[in-house]
Amino acid sequence: MPLVEMKDIHKYFGRVVALRGVDFSVGENEVVGLIGDNGAGKSTLIKILSGVFPPTKGEIFIKGQKIDLHRYSVREAHRMGIETVFQEQALGVKQAIWRNLFLGREPVNRLGFLKLDTAWNETHRMMREMLGFRGGGVSPDASVRTLSGGERQGIAIGRAMYFDANLVILDEPTRALSVQEVRKVLNFILKLKENGKSCVYISHTIANVYSVSDRFVILDRGQVVGEYLRDEISEEELNETLVKLHEARLVRGEEPPAKLN
Amino acid sequence: MEERRFQLGRYKMQLGLITIFCLVILFFILTSPTVFLRPTIYLAYLTTIPFVGIMALGLTFVLASGEIDLSFPSVMAFAGYVCAVAIDTTGSITLGLLAGLASGALIGSLNGLVVRKIGVPSIVVTLGMSFLIRGAVNLLSQGLGKSLTFLQGTPWHTVLVGKVGGKFPAHAIWFVALTVLFWFILYRHRFGNHVLFSGDNEDAARMMGVNVDRVKIMVFALMGVMAAFAGLIDSFRLLKWWPTMGEGFMLTTMASAFVGGTSMFGGEATIFGTFIGAFLIGSLEAGIVAAGLSGFWTQFIYGLLILIAVTVHTVLRKGKV
Repeated sequence: MPLVEMKDIHKYFGRVVALRGVDFSVGENEVVGLIGDNGAGKSTLIKILSGVFPPTKGEIFIKGQKIDLHRYSVREAHRMGIETVFQEQALGVKQAIWRNLFLGREPVNRLGFLKLDTAWNETHRMMREMLGFRGGGVSPDASVRTLSGGERQGIAIGRAMYFDANLVILDEPTRALSVQEVRKVLNFILKLKENGKSCVYISHTIANVYSVSDRFVILDRGQVVGEYLRDEISEEELNETLVKLHEARLVRGEEPPAKLN
Repeated sequence: MEERRFQLGRYKMQLGLITIFCLVILFFILTSPTVFLRPTIYLAYLTTIPFVGIMALGLTFVLASGEIDLSFPSVMAFAGYVCAVAIDTTGSITLGLLAGLASGALIGSLNGLVVRKIGVPSIVVTLGMSFLIRGAVNLLSQGLGKSLTFLQGTPWHTVLVGKVGGKFPAHAIWFVALTVLFWFILYRHRFGNHVLFSGDNEDAARMMGVNVDRVKIMVFALMGVMAAFAGLIDSFRLLKWWPTMGEGFMLTTMASAFVGGTSMFGGEATIFGTFIGAFLIGSLEAGIVAAGLSGFWTQFIYGLLILIAVTVHTVLRKGKV
């Protein structure tokens, strides 16, 4: 039984068709590389899975249990152990790091007041242990806008790591990162795999996706057009498949549709 | 484990504001020592400033959430009217007060619903609401005020606007208490956290599971309640309700929040700044007149102060650690 199964997912934004009948699943302890051109529908698909918005049509099963899509939300996804690092990072840059780490799941007392010490100390610990932040020179009170692009991404990923999810979804997590930082992200994915967790990894850098994924799913214009186990395909072949899709599109004279987030 | 350290640098905005306020008072003491070295003027400040201050607290939340509200002066009058009528019909002052506050919450929620569920910008919605409510008040009251002299000496009158120790206005204590409460809600409560993130990056808040619509509607409702409260205590203090109540409060309330350092762009707000801002703005007029300058100077100096303050805040924010 797969950890997550999405069946016949359709999504329209007004008259724009973002997804048309996508079947997508993630197994227990499986890393799935989700690839495709801009506008293929990757971000839309994972936002549905993360509870940001519901599909227009389709079904989702988590651990074999059918999800009530009217009730499904980011909170519900978090509760079911699904963490997402969004392409947009989802950080409030004017706010302190500790506020960002616990956004939406603040440690609070019975009256809803924040447990400041807990939040602050946990953030401090996470920044040192998981992220190796500039030798502890950055305070959890620093606002996110004072951080570099890589550090911001570190906070977004650290947040997903901290909450110990069963499934971590990473949407373009290596964009704007240095080579070492990319290495860290890939190691994080490998560690997830070691610890028995699952992962969906979206990236344009095929070499990165190939090095950590067990299986690849290719989306094109809102549909799944290819699905391969890693043993079935080499990195070159995977690349060629994508190039062919891209060329076919150019031949048809299609511009990729505007990016849908 | 490293402890959270106290850093003076984090409070430079607050220290700056206190310094400016002290300088302004010092200036007044130098120009009119007879007025500013006696407690009377300060007690007068404590009588007049809380109305603007209480609404500025609500407005600080609205600004923090990345929205604006222009309807609060009309809500003041509306809530006062609802309260007066409810006391007339039920004979209960408690019910009258509750009805007044509820009317503020209702109008605020309506603002929020139209802004969030239909998608009209808040500046437009609340501008329309401002006229609508003022018009409704005028129609209902036929432009006539209401005398509330029977409130004199009632327990609620004492609690809300009485004089503590024969001198100190009770509503100043309400203002201080509300300031403390609002500080805790904005910076130490989950709701405040969600308000800040909704104003800072709405998409991020939503992606992390914050119900941004609900948060913002609640913020508008809170603004409505604060405006209603200001209207109620103003009516109680003067033992009179009148239909143009609240006119003239719009700009001073906004100025209090902006001079205090709350940003127009959302996600950044300071309750302490608003508190000091209200005193700064509220103390200017009397000081200017006492200094022997004509009342015409007031607006000019308001403008000067606002421009200087927002410039300094913006510069400070850019260099913020």
